[in-house]
Amino acid sequence: MGNEAVAQQAATDNETITPEMYRRIDSIIERYKDKPGSLIPVLQQAQDVCGYLPHPVQRYVAKGLRMSPSVVFGVATFYSFFTLVPRGKHVIRVCLGTACYVKRSEEILDKIKAELELEVGEITRDKKYSLEAVRCLGACGLAPVVVVDQDTYGDVAATKVMDILKKYE
Amino acid sequence: METYRSNIMICAGTGCVANGSLKVKDALETELIKRNLQKEVKVVLTGCNGFCAKGPVMVVYPEDIFYQMVKAEDVPHLVEEHFIKGRPVKKFLYTPPAQKDAIPVMNEIPFFKHQVLRALRNRSLIDAEKIEEYIARDGYLAAAKALTEMTPEQIVNEVKNSGLRGRGGAGFLTGLKWELCARVSGEIKYILCNGDEGDPGAFMDRSIMEADPHSVLEGMIVAAKAIGAHYGYIYVRAEYPLAVHRLQLAIDQAKENGLLGKDILGSGFDLDLEIYQGAGAFVCGEETALMASIEGKRGMPRPKPPFPAVKGLWQRPSVLNNVETFANVPPIILSGADWFASLGTEKSKGTKVFALSGALNNIGLVEVPMGIPLRTVIFDIGGGIKGNRKYKAVQMGGPSGGCIPESLLDTPVDYENINKTGAIMGSGGMVVMDETTCMPAMAKFFLEFTEDESCGKCVPCRVGNKTLLTILARITKGEGREGDIELLLDLSQQIKDTSLCGLGQTSPNPVLTTIKYFREEYEAHIKEKRCPARVCTPLVKFVVNDEKCKKCGTCFKACPAGAITWEKGKVAYIDPEKCTKCKSCIKSCKFWAID
Repeated sequence: MGNEAVAQQAATDNETITPEMYRRIDSIIERYKDKPGSLIPVLQQAQDVCGYLPHPVQRYVAKGLRMSPSVVFGVATFYSFFTLVPRGKHVIRVCLGTACYVKRSEEILDKIKAELELEVGEITRDKKYSLEAVRCLGACGLAPVVVVDQDTYGDVAATKVMDILKKYE
Repeated sequence: METYRSNIMICAGTGCVANGSLKVKDALETELIKRNLQKEVKVVLTGCNGFCAKGPVMVVYPEDIFYQMVKAEDVPHLVEEHFIKGRPVKKFLYTPPAQKDAIPVMNEIPFFKHQVLRALRNRSLIDAEKIEEYIARDGYLAAAKALTEMTPEQIVNEVKNSGLRGRGGAGFLTGLKWELCARVSGEIKYILCNGDEGDPGAFMDRSIMEADPHSVLEGMIVAAKAIGAHYGYIYVRAEYPLAVHRLQLAIDQAKENGLLGKDILGSGFDLDLEIYQGAGAFVCGEETALMASIEGKRGMPRPKPPFPAVKGLWQRPSVLNNVETFANVPPIILSGADWFASLGTEKSKGTKVFALSGALNNIGLVEVPMGIPLRTVIFDIGGGIKGNRKYKAVQMGGPSGGCIPESLLDTPVDYENINKTGAIMGSGGMVVMDETTCMPAMAKFFLEFTEDESCGKCVPCRVGNKTLLTILARITKGEGREGDIELLLDLSQQIKDTSLCGLGQTSPNPVLTTIKYFREEYEAHIKEKRCPARVCTPLVKFVVNDEKCKKCGTCFKACPAGAITWEKGKVAYIDPEKCTKCKSCIKSCKFWAID
């Protein structure tokens, strides 16, 4: 990221993380602060509150749990469930596990990328969708699988996937 | 207790729920009330039935009739025919591929017939969310026996003598692991369950946690007594929300019933269990990495020794077993080591659950005795290859495993024999591939996975796998060089020999086995710049082969770009100007006539 982009991101972060969100994070930290090894659950719940984990939130958690921000950053970037950038209104997850792969789930991913003009890990301009590639959701019997928000779709054809996405406005 | 003349056991596993089984359940209940049958027929939600590809599935007892692919709108017809007129509805019965007659009874269907259910003993029989139903099937009897009648030594010996080995993949003797930890003195010890089922193509543990969560808890209680632990964690991957929900419910119910917590069943033994949700990291399936993760750190493995049995979680003696391993424990305590060891081969006892997926007719979850030939699993239970395609290989053991070709299909399924092929038993994923799968591309797919999931701690894994991937990427792009195969082999061996943990020690296996069994495909890519499976787009010419073309026009109809010209009785032609290389023609052609 260039300096300008960093500044812009910081401005967005300040806008999207409300004082109310910080209050909710306070109560999460309060519940966990005396329990060893609670950084991961705290980050999971903080991400539920904010939608993502921007640097100010990471620093806030670090302070609350009395640990170095670098430790929090290390954990937040290690695990794939944590995201440092905001997600779209709807999250599209395309499974690239083995069973889905042999049933050509890559073609589904390519189709979505082309139609929505975004890459994996990105968000559309209108902030409606974000796209993620995941490794096996354990629903191999339904391969190839696409999950939109909490809904699992099985036996998805690359030619039909856009019809599914249209349901999510 | 109320009794009913019939029970409809409807599957509420992840697969069937995605196919609408909860709507079917609602429709059934509404229809039964409408017909005034609600006091005669009961609808029960069960865990995964196993026959996932045919979902939503249901079994009607006492007749044992198996219905598949039932939609909510079909329910009035089904209730009318089955429960009022008393005849099974043919439309929803299972018919084997290429046969005419349907098979109504579940246990006569080949998919179910060859299975022996031990870990999955309660499959399609109980409601996973009700502890009473688990107890009614002898649930918690083993825990009671272990806590009130057996000494830790007796438990260890029973499990050791049974020959039960870790079902997570490595196959270490479970009883021996317990014994090592039991011998270490220490006031605080931990019992841990590994539900971080990360292998793509494996869903056995998800199914057990969702369908029979109490069997996991009971196995953990027995183990806790054996090693002297009073606290434990169940580590579940974040991708499995339903499993987390059901396990939590099970823990709460067990506590209410005095089966967890202080002084369990008046035995004086205490045990508390807690769920720990993973945050998405494949390497956390490795035991030391999993423990680091519970401690709130990055999930990175550390060198062994000291082994976790001596210094594990929070530096305390700990035992970590896989979900399926724990589910196997209660019947061993109840029926004895000899009963368990009566099935299987010399060194691999009991049964193993496999997740069948890929290019098969019957996809789903199966439990088979150790030693069963691979061929039986794939062709009898799995129903053979879908469509008119040919078997090419089965991938076992996920990214750490390997491919097994047709010539080795008579290999008995056990730890030693599968290892001899170069694959591993792994946690139990079996992904079957037909001739439309390109092996170098497959190897590349797995390396993308390991490269992405390597924790980065040790160099051979972090840099070595990346280099393997670079070489595979150029081969599949048509830029392979002379000597690349030898380079892959050499580098793979070095990564295996020098990596710190199981991830790096096994990650080159897909490369090694595909070269071992499908070397000619690598050579075709490198020397002839040709992809025999027509998968690697830069190596496909998109030209109709005059000799193979049957002039049927299927490709003409399949082409979305209008790039194919064809007339009846004439060979098709692909216009390279218009062709978008989408491969619709290749997929539609049954004769491999497009090069």
